[in-house]
Amino acid sequence: MVSNEAPVLDVSNLKKHFSIGKGIFHKSNEKVYAVDGVSFSIPKGQTLGLVGESGCGKSTLARAVIRLVEPTSGEVRIMGRNILELSKSEMRDCRRQAQIIFQDPFSSLNPRMTAGDIVAEPLIVHNIGSRIQRLERVAELFDLVGLRAAQLSSLPHQFSGGQRQRIGIARALALGPQLIIGDEPVSALDVSIQAQVINLMMDLQEKKQLSYLFIAHDLAVVEHISHRVAVMYLGRIVEHSDKNSLFSRPQHPYTEALLSAVPVPNPKLKRHRRLVQGDVPSPINPPAGCHFHTRCPYLTEQCRVDVPPLIEVEQGHWVACHLRSPKLN
Amino acid sequence: MMSTVNGVGNPSSKDDSSPEKKVSEFNEELSLAGANVHTKVGMIFFLTKRYPLGFLGLFLVFVFIFVALFAPYLTTHDPLTTNPSISLAAPSMGHPMGADFMGRDLFSRVIFGARTSLAVAFGATILGVFFGVLIGLASGYLGGWVDLVLQRLIDILQSLPTLILAMAMAAALGPSLFNTIIAIAIPKFPSIARVIRSSTLSLREMPFIEAARAMGMSDLRIVFRHIFPNTLAPLIVLATAGLGSAILVEASLSFLGLGVPEPHPSWGRMLSESASEYVRTAPWLVLFPGAAITVAVFGANLLGDALRDIFDPRQRTAN
Amino acid sequence: MEKLINEFSNHIHVSNLAEAAVLEVENLKTYFFVKQGVVKAVDDFSFSLKSGDKLAIVGESGCGKSMTALSVLRLVPNPPGRIVSGSIKLDGKDLLQMSESEMRNIRGNRISMIFQEPMTSLNPVLSIAQQIGEALILHQKLSDKDAFDRSVELLKLVKIPEPLRRAREYPHQLSGGMRQRVMTAMALACNPQVLLADEPTTALDVTIQAQILDLIMELQDRLGTAVVLITHDLGVVAETSERVIVMYGGKKVEEANVNDIFAMPLHPYTQGLLAAVPKLTTLSGKESYSKRLQEIPGIVPALVNLPDACTFAPRCAFATDICRHEYPPYTNISSSHKVACWHVAKVC
Repeated sequence: MVSNEAPVLDVSNLKKHFSIGKGIFHKSNEKVYAVDGVSFSIPKGQTLGLVGESGCGKSTLARAVIRLVEPTSGEVRIMGRNILELSKSEMRDCRRQAQIIFQDPFSSLNPRMTAGDIVAEPLIVHNIGSRIQRLERVAELFDLVGLRAAQLSSLPHQFSGGQRQRIGIARALALGPQLIIGDEPVSALDVSIQAQVINLMMDLQEKKQLSYLFIAHDLAVVEHISHRVAVMYLGRIVEHSDKNSLFSRPQHPYTEALLSAVPVPNPKLKRHRRLVQGDVPSPINPPAGCHFHTRCPYLTEQCRVDVPPLIEVEQGHWVACHLRSPKLN
Repeated sequence: MMSTVNGVGNPSSKDDSSPEKKVSEFNEELSLAGANVHTKVGMIFFLTKRYPLGFLGLFLVFVFIFVALFAPYLTTHDPLTTNPSISLAAPSMGHPMGADFMGRDLFSRVIFGARTSLAVAFGATILGVFFGVLIGLASGYLGGWVDLVLQRLIDILQSLPTLILAMAMAAALGPSLFNTIIAIAIPKFPSIARVIRSSTLSLREMPFIEAARAMGMSDLRIVFRHIFPNTLAPLIVLATAGLGSAILVEASLSFLGLGVPEPHPSWGRMLSESASEYVRTAPWLVLFPGAAITVAVFGANLLGDALRDIFDPRQRTAN
Repeated sequence: MEKLINEFSNHIHVSNLAEAAVLEVENLKTYFFVKQGVVKAVDDFSFSLKSGDKLAIVGESGCGKSMTALSVLRLVPNPPGRIVSGSIKLDGKDLLQMSESEMRNIRGNRISMIFQEPMTSLNPVLSIAQQIGEALILHQKLSDKDAFDRSVELLKLVKIPEPLRRAREYPHQLSGGMRQRVMTAMALACNPQVLLADEPTTALDVTIQAQILDLIMELQDRLGTAVVLITHDLGVVAETSERVIVMYGGKKVEEANVNDIFAMPLHPYTQGLLAAVPKLTTLSGKESYSKRLQEIPGIVPALVNLPDACTFAPRCAFATDICRHEYPPYTNISSSHKVACWHVAKVC
């Protein structure tokens, strides 16, 4: 779907490197390349699913996109505005456009505030409406996410995990954002509750034309909710495509391995599994060349040396792998 | 900070450091132990049964406050009026604790002494908590250079024994009620700042703080609305436990002549005035102020211990 | 004398018939006694396990699946928890009648357990070899030297590269996947008859999870250990188990062969659970999928003072009066398929 509107979120060549080595007097040269040159964009009303294993930098990316961590370099445009150039107060205003939902429904709500106060707080911070109007808005939001108004004055620990996640969603929606970043929003929930939250998010997207950056490690969930999917490995996007093309024709050996490793709830399906060996290398001084070469079954000499560029192998299907590069074929 | 660990798909693996979890865990534990955590009365009733010593402490602290507040109504004599005719009188019906060498009614002086002790204990604690919290929050939340400088300052203050520091301060400031309070508050705030700083450090990384930042909240609001209320539990414990030591330090300072000056009756000075000369001839002059100090400190400490146990299950001793 | 003969024949009986159950849990009830009432964490739970069996216990958080495993090892936190009744027979001997010291000889030796958290389940100040060796020195009375050698062998068994070097390292030097391998090695050190794996891969990444599951299954085939896999992940169940028990609210609601559970789930909860999981459409071979996931309404119930009724009734679309007043008996659909539901006929 190509629209002529500016994308809600447009990220180009975003980098976030953390220096390690604590203290002020001795900075070490070692760096964590948490996000290392990532580009993507999300049009209005669409979902980009971002998958990857732990330590691949997907949570850092989620935070860098809304400047919860300051990116090292690159460009992030929300509704066309490059937010990395904004001053602190301009940024504060811009935050109304983009909100985030967190993984842990237990620690993402202040335990000492009532659910109503938590949802009303963004409105107070941005000076929106009178007290009465805010109360109305909060009640409306509660209704929208499927919570009862009677629960307005309950404290977070009186809710179940799924309900807390609903509070988190209501808080994120309070300011009427265009973009919602979900940092593993359903990973901590039970299966039956997870379905409720996924359905809620999809309903809200339809109603409000929201754009989602949906981060998860569960490929099935990502497939269900996303329009496009990007696969991340050690700070870089290795494959990026529309959902169907990525899941039916994975081009990168890592995507292939991920898909092959997912346990499928169908005992009759006997798959030929292509398991990769070993662990994800440390993002501190990651392997040279293609980051995946230490585990890749199709390793060539070139992989150890050159970083593969992200190439469009099919319409809208991008892959960073030397095997898929036209030079070889 | 590395990118966050993902891949935890089970709700039973929650962050252990979460204060939220502590609260709910605590409630859960209370309910497991049989408390009715849904009503305040039920909770208080349960706590009384579970922590009888803590309740005794609370009672003693209340008595202490009551005596201090209503001192004029509890006494028969003016604590400052001298009456040479009863100098060093033994305890009797008219003077239940006897009289000191200047012929002042000791009972009245002990009762009014509670006012001094209360003023100093609460004044110093409030002052210490105020600065401790400010410094701890600033240090923990801002980090970087601010943290480094404040922490070294605190290191220096903590390298001196409390009493020595208080003595030095009291000597430098000169004797007055307010100066005594300051002298006791200064050695007190570093430990509070330390505790607040460490809670702040862990709270700062919590998702609900990130959420607050993501909604565009100012740092000041984050600190006072979201971080500070979550540090209250350890703070209350520290402050209560500090009451006892404040009373003790005040007594020590007054004993050494550096504390609250005449004419305010002070338990510590009552001791010092009588200890050397009259302990053999009129032991009640030492006994009663000493007992007052002991009971007040004992009560505050019991309460502090119980609060610590209640808020921090890890410190709970085996029953 | 008679008793001795009895025991002897019992022994022969067991060793002769490979089909005899290694572990037989019958009517196990593990309750927690709190002031508000009784929490029936495990309620009237039975299963049996033959040597080499692959049993999965599935359920959501708080359904009592972990408590079942802890009950088998008699590690229920007491107070407030207690095994109220039932029997847990290992080779015909009831573990619940054993003394604590006899029980210690069972744990880690004949029944061992793998925990979820590879990060916290290892002692950070002991080397890998020391931790694996501990069980060997304790149960098999090996010398330190032999225990070390055996530890290295075990590390080789769980496919840790450079086992000799790793044996001398400490937990923080290993990745999450490697630690779970070490945990597996520890659990297998004494060649247990039964291995209880409590969410062994939940904290791991998919690619690592696949490695560990493959490893556990391969070792089980080689060693003939009976495995009880406790998990919430239906995908893991489908790929690794032969038999499945679905738990809800402390009770077994359905038990069947893995194919039957997925092809013909009979309990409304099992059906709901299966429908609620998003599936990789490209891999599960189903081209059409509905836009909405099926939800199970409501929340997982708290287990305090549950009425003697079907625990799933408040969330069930089929619930009628009888469901709210009486716990349904098990209906045997076939020799291997049992379900506890009043409305089996209606549901399927």
